Amino acid sequence: MHDFAFDIAHMLAGALVLVSLMMLYQDRLYALINVLAIHALVLALSVAWQAWVHDAPHLYITAAIALGFKAIAVPMALRRMVFRLGIHREIERVVGTGLTMLAAIALVALSLEVMLPVTAGVDPVSREDIALALSVVLIGLLMMVTRQNAVSQVAGFMSLENGIVLAATGAQGMPLVVEISVAFSVLIAFIVIGIFLFRIRERFDTVDVEALDQFRGERG
Amino acid sequence: MTGFDPLAAVLVVPLASAALLVALPGYVLPSRLNVLASLASLLCALSLFWHRPPSGNYLMVDDLNVVFIVLNTFVGFTTAAFSASYIGHELESGRLPIGFLRFYHAMYQVMMFGMNLALVANNIGLMWVAVELSTLTTVVMVGIYRTPAAIEAAWKYFILGSVGIALALFGTILVYLAAKPVLGEGAGSMVWTVLITQAAGFDPALLNVAFVFLLLGYGTKVGLAPLHAWLPDAHAEGPTPISAVLSGLLLNVALYALLRFKMLLAANPDALAPGPLMISLGLLSLIFAALMLYRRYDIKRLFAYSSIEHMGIIVFAFGMAGPLGNFAGLLQMTMHSLTKSAIFFTVGHITQAKGTQTMADMGGLTETHPMLGWMLVAGVAAIAGLPPFGVFMSEFLLISSTFSRQPVLAVAVVLGLLIAFGALLVRLTPVIFGAPRGREARVHASTLPIFAHLALVLLGGIFLPPALVAWFQHVAILLG
Repeated sequence: MHDFAFDIAHMLAGALVLVSLMMLYQDRLYALINVLAIHALVLALSVAWQAWVHDAPHLYITAAIALGFKAIAVPMALRRMVFRLGIHREIERVVGTGLTMLAAIALVALSLEVMLPVTAGVDPVSREDIALALSVVLIGLLMMVTRQNAVSQVAGFMSLENGIVLAATGAQGMPLVVEISVAFSVLIAFIVIGIFLFRIRERFDTVDVEALDQFRGERG
Repeated sequence: MTGFDPLAAVLVVPLASAALLVALPGYVLPSRLNVLASLASLLCALSLFWHRPPSGNYLMVDDLNVVFIVLNTFVGFTTAAFSASYIGHELESGRLPIGFLRFYHAMYQVMMFGMNLALVANNIGLMWVAVELSTLTTVVMVGIYRTPAAIEAAWKYFILGSVGIALALFGTILVYLAAKPVLGEGAGSMVWTVLITQAAGFDPALLNVAFVFLLLGYGTKVGLAPLHAWLPDAHAEGPTPISAVLSGLLLNVALYALLRFKMLLAANPDALAPGPLMISLGLLSLIFAALMLYRRYDIKRLFAYSSIEHMGIIVFAFGMAGPLGNFAGLLQMTMHSLTKSAIFFTVGHITQAKGTQTMADMGGLTETHPMLGWMLVAGVAAIAGLPPFGVFMSEFLLISSTFSRQPVLAVAVVLGLLIAFGALLVRLTPVIFGAPRGREARVHASTLPIFAHLALVLLGGIFLPPALVAWFQHVAILLG
C-alpha cells in the first residue's frame, strides 16, 4: 500500500514537471493560461494526495487554495484581462522553442543531480518531491527570463510558486505550510492587480491622464 | 511581571495605528499620529533592553536582534517626522492627491510592522512571511505616484523581489528538511532558537544547498550585485521617505535574515564556510556599484548605487567574520543606515526645492540653499568615509583587520572605496558648489531629523560609548 501511495505522489509530481515543460512552448496567451490552470490543478491533486496519505487535514486547505484560487479564479481573471486589453490575438514569439526546451531538460537533469545526492537521508517521497519541485522552480525562472509579456511572466512566476508549494507539502510535517500558501496567494493577487495597472500604462501611455485619475479616485 | 510586554507592543503599536490611520482623513492629524506611533514603537523597542520577555515559539529577542529593532524603529521614527513635512510639500505641489494620504500613512505603519515582525520572528517560516509583507508594502509605496516610471519601477521591484523571496522560501524548506531527522516533525523544527542549538547534527550537504538558495533569495533583497537591478529604480521613483526606509531599513532586514542562516551554517562543523561566498558577492557589489556611480545623472539613483556599494562592504565584513570583522560589519551597518537616511532626507528637500532629480539641472546648492547644501556636504563626507564620521571608523576597522588576514582583499576593498569616493566627488561637486542652476524655491525643510542622524554619525566617529562597544563586541562574538 505504501508503495502505491509513493507511486501516485511520484506520478503527480512528475506530471507537474511535464506541464511546466508544456508551458514553455505555448505561444498564444489563452493557451498559456489554460496550461497554467492545468498546472495548478495537478498541484491541487498532488497536495490533496499528500494530505490523504499522511493524514494531514490542514493540507486540504492548501489544496483548496490551489484549486479555487490558482486553477479557477486567477486564470479567469487573466483571461478577462487579456480579452479586455485586446491582446488575445497576439502571438508571442517564444525565443527558440527548441533551445528553450533543451535548456529546460538540462535544468531538470541538473536539479535531480543536485538534489538527489544531498537528500539521501530524507524519506523517499520528500526526496523525489523536492528534486522535482526544484526543476519546476527552475523552469518557472526560465520562463520568466525568456518571455517579454507581463501575462507570460506572471504565468512563469505562478508555476515557480507551484513548485515551491509542492516542495513545502512534500517536506512532511512542515509547520506553517497553510500560512505560507495564503501569503503566496496574496502575493499573486497583488501581481495580477499590478499587471493590470502595468498594461494600462502601456496602452494609454501619456495621453489618457483621465484613466489614471479615475484610478486615483477609486483608491482614495 | 506587569502586563506590559514590549515585544508584543513593538508589533501591536504599528498594526493598531495602521488600522486607525486608515480611518482618518486629512493631512495634519494623520501625519502627526504617524510620528507619534513611530515614537511609541521606538520607546517599546528601547524598553527591550531592560525588560526582555522569554522567547516563545514564534517571537524572540536576543542580543543580536535588539540592535536591529532599535535601529529600525529609530529610523522609522525620524523618517516619519521627515515624511510629515515632505508629504505636506507634495500635497501643495499636487504630486500626491490628498485621498492617497490615508493609504500612505497606513501602509507606512504596516511596513514598519512587517519589518519589526521579521526582526523578532523566532520561526524561519514566520520570518519569511514577514519579509514578504514588507516587500509587498514597499512595492505599493514605490508605485504610489502612479507615473509611468513609478509603476514600471514598482513592477520591476515586484517581479525581482518575488523571485528572490520564492528562492528564499525554497531555501527555508531545505533547512527544515535538514532539521527534520534531528528535531522531528512539527512546529519545533522551524524555531530558530532550537535550530541553532541542534545545528551541529543537521545534514551538512542539505544545509549547503539551502544556504545557496537563501543567499540568492535574501541577497536579492539586500541588493547584492548581480541581483540588484530593482534597487536603483525603486529608490529613484518612489517618494523620498520610502527611499530612506528602503536604504536604511529594508536592506538591513534582509541582511539580518541572511545573518541568521549564516550563524546556522557556522554552527555546523561539516557545512561549507559561508564566508567566501559572502566575501565574493560583497566585493563584487562594492566594485560594481563604485564603477556604476560615475554614470549616474539622477541624484536619487546615485545614492541608490551608493547603498549597493555599502551593502557590499557590510556583507563583505560579515563574510570576513571573526570578532573584528563582525564588529566592523555591525558598526558599518548602523552608520550606513543613519547616514544614508539623512542623505535621503536632505535630497528629498533639495529635489522639492529644485523641482527635479536630474543633477545637471541643479547646481550651487550651498549658495541657493545654504542649509540643505551644507547638510548634503556633511552627509556625503560621512558616506564617502571621511573622518571624523562614523563610517570612517568602521571602514578603517574593516580594512585594518582584513589587511592582517587577507592583504589582497584589503587592497581590493580600498580600491573600491577610492573609486566610489572619486565618483561622489565628480558627480556632486557641481551640484553643491557649482554655479547656481535650477529653481530657487524655498521649502519648509524639517532639519531636525537630519541633524539628529548626522550628530549620531559624528558621535560614532569621535566617541563610541563604551557600553555600545561592549554590546557590539558581544554580538560580534555571537555571530561567530
